[in-house]
Amino acid sequence: MATTHTHTNIDVHHHDDHEHEHHEGNFWTTYIFSQDHKVIAKQFLITGMFWALFGGLLSVIFRLQLGFPDMSLEWLRPMLGGWITPEGKLDPEFYLALVTMHGTIMVFFVLTAGLSGTFSNFLIPLQIGARDMASGFMNMLSYWFFFLSSVVMMSSFFLETGPAGGGWTVYPPLSALPQAIQGSGLGMTLWLVAMALFIVSTLLGGINYITTVINMRTRGMSFTRMPLTIWAFFFTAIIGLLSFPVLFAAALLLIFDRSFGTSFFLSDIYIGGEALTNVGGSPILFQHLFWFLGHPEVYIVLLPALGITSEIIATNSRKPIFGYKAMIGSMLFIAILSFIVWAHHMFVTGMNPFLGSIFMLLTLIIAVPSAVKIFNYVTTLWKGNIRFTSAMLFSIGLVSFFLTGGITGIFLGNSAIDIQLHDTYFVVAHFHLVMGSASFFGMLAGIYHWFPKMFGRMMNEKLGYIHFWLSFVGVYMVFFPMHYIGIAGFPRRYYSFTNFETFSGFTDLNTLVSIAAVFTLTAQLIFLFNFFYSIFRGKLASANPWKSTTLEWTTPRLPGHGNWPGEIPAVYRWPYDYSKPGAKDDYIPQTVPYSETPESNLPHENEMIKLETSGGHGAIVVEGEKH
Amino acid sequence: MNVELKDLRIVEEAKRPLSMNPKKFALWLFMMSVIMLFGAWTSAYLVKRADAGWAEIVLPDMFWINTGIVLLSSVTMIVAYFAARRDKIKWLKFSLAATMILGISFLVGQYYAYVEMVSLKEHFTGSNVSHSFLWILPAVHGLHIVSGLIFLVVVLISAFRFRIHSKNMNQLEMCATYWHFLGGLWLYLFVFLLLNP
Ligand code: HEM
Ligand SMILES: [Cu+2]
Repeated sequence: MATTHTHTNIDVHHHDDHEHEHHEGNFWTTYIFSQDHKVIAKQFLITGMFWALFGGLLSVIFRLQLGFPDMSLEWLRPMLGGWITPEGKLDPEFYLALVTMHGTIMVFFVLTAGLSGTFSNFLIPLQIGARDMASGFMNMLSYWFFFLSSVVMMSSFFLETGPAGGGWTVYPPLSALPQAIQGSGLGMTLWLVAMALFIVSTLLGGINYITTVINMRTRGMSFTRMPLTIWAFFFTAIIGLLSFPVLFAAALLLIFDRSFGTSFFLSDIYIGGEALTNVGGSPILFQHLFWFLGHPEVYIVLLPALGITSEIIATNSRKPIFGYKAMIGSMLFIAILSFIVWAHHMFVTGMNPFLGSIFMLLTLIIAVPSAVKIFNYVTTLWKGNIRFTSAMLFSIGLVSFFLTGGITGIFLGNSAIDIQLHDTYFVVAHFHLVMGSASFFGMLAGIYHWFPKMFGRMMNEKLGYIHFWLSFVGVYMVFFPMHYIGIAGFPRRYYSFTNFETFSGFTDLNTLVSIAAVFTLTAQLIFLFNFFYSIFRGKLASANPWKSTTLEWTTPRLPGHGNWPGEIPAVYRWPYDYSKPGAKDDYIPQTVPYSETPESNLPHENEMIKLETSGGHGAIVVEGEKH
Repeated sequence: MNVELKDLRIVEEAKRPLSMNPKKFALWLFMMSVIMLFGAWTSAYLVKRADAGWAEIVLPDMFWINTGIVLLSSVTMIVAYFAARRDKIKWLKFSLAATMILGISFLVGQYYAYVEMVSLKEHFTGSNVSHSFLWILPAVHGLHIVSGLIFLVVVLISAFRFRIHSKNMNQLEMCATYWHFLGGLWLYLFVFLLLNP
C-alpha cells in the first residue's frame, strides 16, 4: 500500500509544479490545441469575428433584394452561381436560406459562442484570480467542437440544394419535409448536425465556467466581491446548461422525423393533393421545445453584454456601479423568468387565451428587472467623471438599444396586440435592437476595453469614435424604420413585396433600410482594420491602462501561462471602489487591504479590520511591497 | 528570510472561499443537463399524451427484470465503494467487475425488451407517436449507460493498477455517483411510463 500512497503524492506535486512552470510548447500546443484560457478566448474571438462578417454579408445580400427589387444581381453570379436566376435575380429559395443562415450564425455562432466563448474564457480566470479554467482540456474541446460545428455549417453552403431554409427557428413541418423546399434537404440535416455539435461545445464551456466561478476563486473573492461581469457570465452559463439540452432533445426528435419516418411533429399533411402517412404528431410541440431554449437563449446572448457594460460604465464613470446587489438580483430574476415566458412566441398558435394571459403577465414582469438595470446604468453615469473611451461609447450605445428595443417588447408581450404584430417587421425591429445590436455593441465594447490585456497594445481611439458613431447611427437607420413597416403589417421572411400594387407600399423605407445596412456593414471595416493593425502596430499598453480595480489589471502587460508570475493576489474589497472619498487615487484595486487605506475606510470597513486583528488569527503578516 | 521590520505589514486576512473538488462539481452540472434532456422528452410525452388520438402503450415485461438488474448493479457499486474505503482491493475489483457485467446485462436485457416490444406491436414508426416515444426513451437512456460503462472501464483499470484506495477515492466516487444517477434515471423513466401509458 505504501508505494501507492507515495505515488499519488508525487503525482500531486508534479501537477503543482507544472502549474507554476512557464512552459513553452511548440506552435501546435501553444496556438492551436492550446489549453490556456486566454488563447482559447482569442480562438473564439477570431472565429466569432469571421462569422460576424460572414453573417453580415448574407444580410446585405438579402437586403439588396428587399430594398432594390428591380436591381440586377448579375454581378453576384461569380460568387453565387446558380443562386442567381437567369433573369439576374436572387433565387427565392436561396433568399430563405440566406435569412435562415443569417439568423443562425448571428444568434448562435457570433453572439453565443463568439461572445461568451471569448469573454467568459478570457475574464473568468483573470477576474476571479485563478491560473486557468477548472479543466483546460474540456475548454479546448469546447472550442474544437465549436470549430467542427462551424465547418459543418459552412459546408452546407456548398451543397447543390443550399443551406437550411426554414428560418433560424426551424419550425416543422417545413423543416421536416425535404420535399417542401430545397432548404429542407441535406442543408437542414447539416444544420441539425452542426447544432448538435454546437450544443456539446456550449455545454462543455458552460460546465467549465460554472465550476471555475464556484470553486477556483482566489482568497478573499467572496461572491459579493465578484465583478458584475463574472456574475453575468455565471448566470449565462447556468441558463445555457439548463436550456440547451432541451434544444438537443427537440433536434433529435426532428432528426427522427426527417430521416427515420416517425411523426413527432407531423400530422395530416398534404403535398400535391396527396396525404402523407404521418399522423398524430404536433408541430406546436416543437415550438414549445424550441422556445423553451429559444427564449433563455436571447438572455444567453444579452447577459454577458450587460455584464461587460456594467464593468465598463463603472470604470469610465469613475464611480461605483449603482446598486451592485440590485444588479445581481435583477440578473437572477431575469434568469429565472426567462424559463417561464417562452409561450409569448406562440400567442397566435391557437393557444388557450387564458394560458396566453398568464404568459403575458409573466412576460411583462421581465420589464421590471430590465428597467432596474437601465436605471442603474444611468444613475452610475449620473454626475460621473465620464471618460468617453471607445468601450464607454459602445456601452452607452448598448444601454440605448436595450431601452429602445425593450420598450417594443412590452407591446409584443401583450397577447392581443401581438395578433397584429406577430411575424412582422416589428418583431424584427424589436429583437435586432434589444438583442442583436445591444449584444453586438457589448461585444465590441468588450473588445475595445480588454484589447490591451489580450494583445498588450492599445486600439486607436480616434478610429474607435468614428466606428462608434457610424455604427450607432447606422443601426438606428436600419432598425427604426422597420417598426413602421411592421405596424403596417408587412410580414418578415417574405422574398418580395412588389408583386401586387396594393401591397407595394413602403418601398422607399425599405430602400433606406438597405442603404443603411450596407453603410453599417462598411463601417465595421474600420473596426477590422483597427483591430488587426493594433495587434501588431498599436501603441504599447501599460499593465492597467484604464486605471481599473479588478484583478486582471494586476497581471503583467501580457499575462503568460498561469496569469500571475508569482503568487495569485488575494482580494480584500469589492471591485467598484472608484472615487472613494478621502482616497489618494480615484480608484483602489481589489488587492489593497482596508488596513492600508485608513484615510478612505467607511466605519464598517474599519470594524472589519478590528474584528479580524483583535482575535489574533485572521490578521496575517505579509512582506512589504518594496523589497 | 531576514525581512526587515519596516517591510512587514499587518493586513486583515483574505478568507479562502468555499469550494469543492472541481471535477465532482462538473459531474453534477453534467447530470443537471442530462436531467433537462430527459425532462424535455418526458414533458413532450406528457404534452402529446394530453392531445386527442393518443394510443396507449404496452410495456414489455423485460423492463421489470432490467430494473432489477439496474438496482442490483447499484448495490454492487456500493459494495465497491466500501471495499475501496477499507482498502479491500480484491473486493473492490470483484464488485466493480460485477457492476460492469450487470451493466452489460442491462443493455442486453434492453435489447430483448425491444424484441418483446416488436411482438407487442410497439413499432418505432408507422403508427401512433406513443410507440415512437417508447422506442426512444430506453434507447437514449441506453446510450448514457454506455457512457457509464466506459467510465466503469476506466475506473476498473485504475483499480487493477492499485490507484484506487481509501486515500484516493475521487474517481471511484464520481463513477459511483454517475452510475447511481443513471440507475435512478432508468427508475424514473420506468415509473413514468408505468404511470402514463
Ligand atoms: C421587456 C422585455 C421584453 C419583452 C416583453 C419581450 C417580448 C417579446 C415577444 C412577445 C416576442 C414575440 C413577438 C412575436 O413573435 O410575435 C419577442 C420576440 C423576440 N424577442 Fe423579445 N421581449 C423582451 C425583451 C427581449 C430581450 C432582452 C431580448 C434579447 C436579448 C429579446 C429577444 C427577442 C427575440 C430574438 C425575438 C424574436 C424571435 C423570433 O421570432 O425570431 N427580447 N419578444
Ligand atoms: Cu422571448
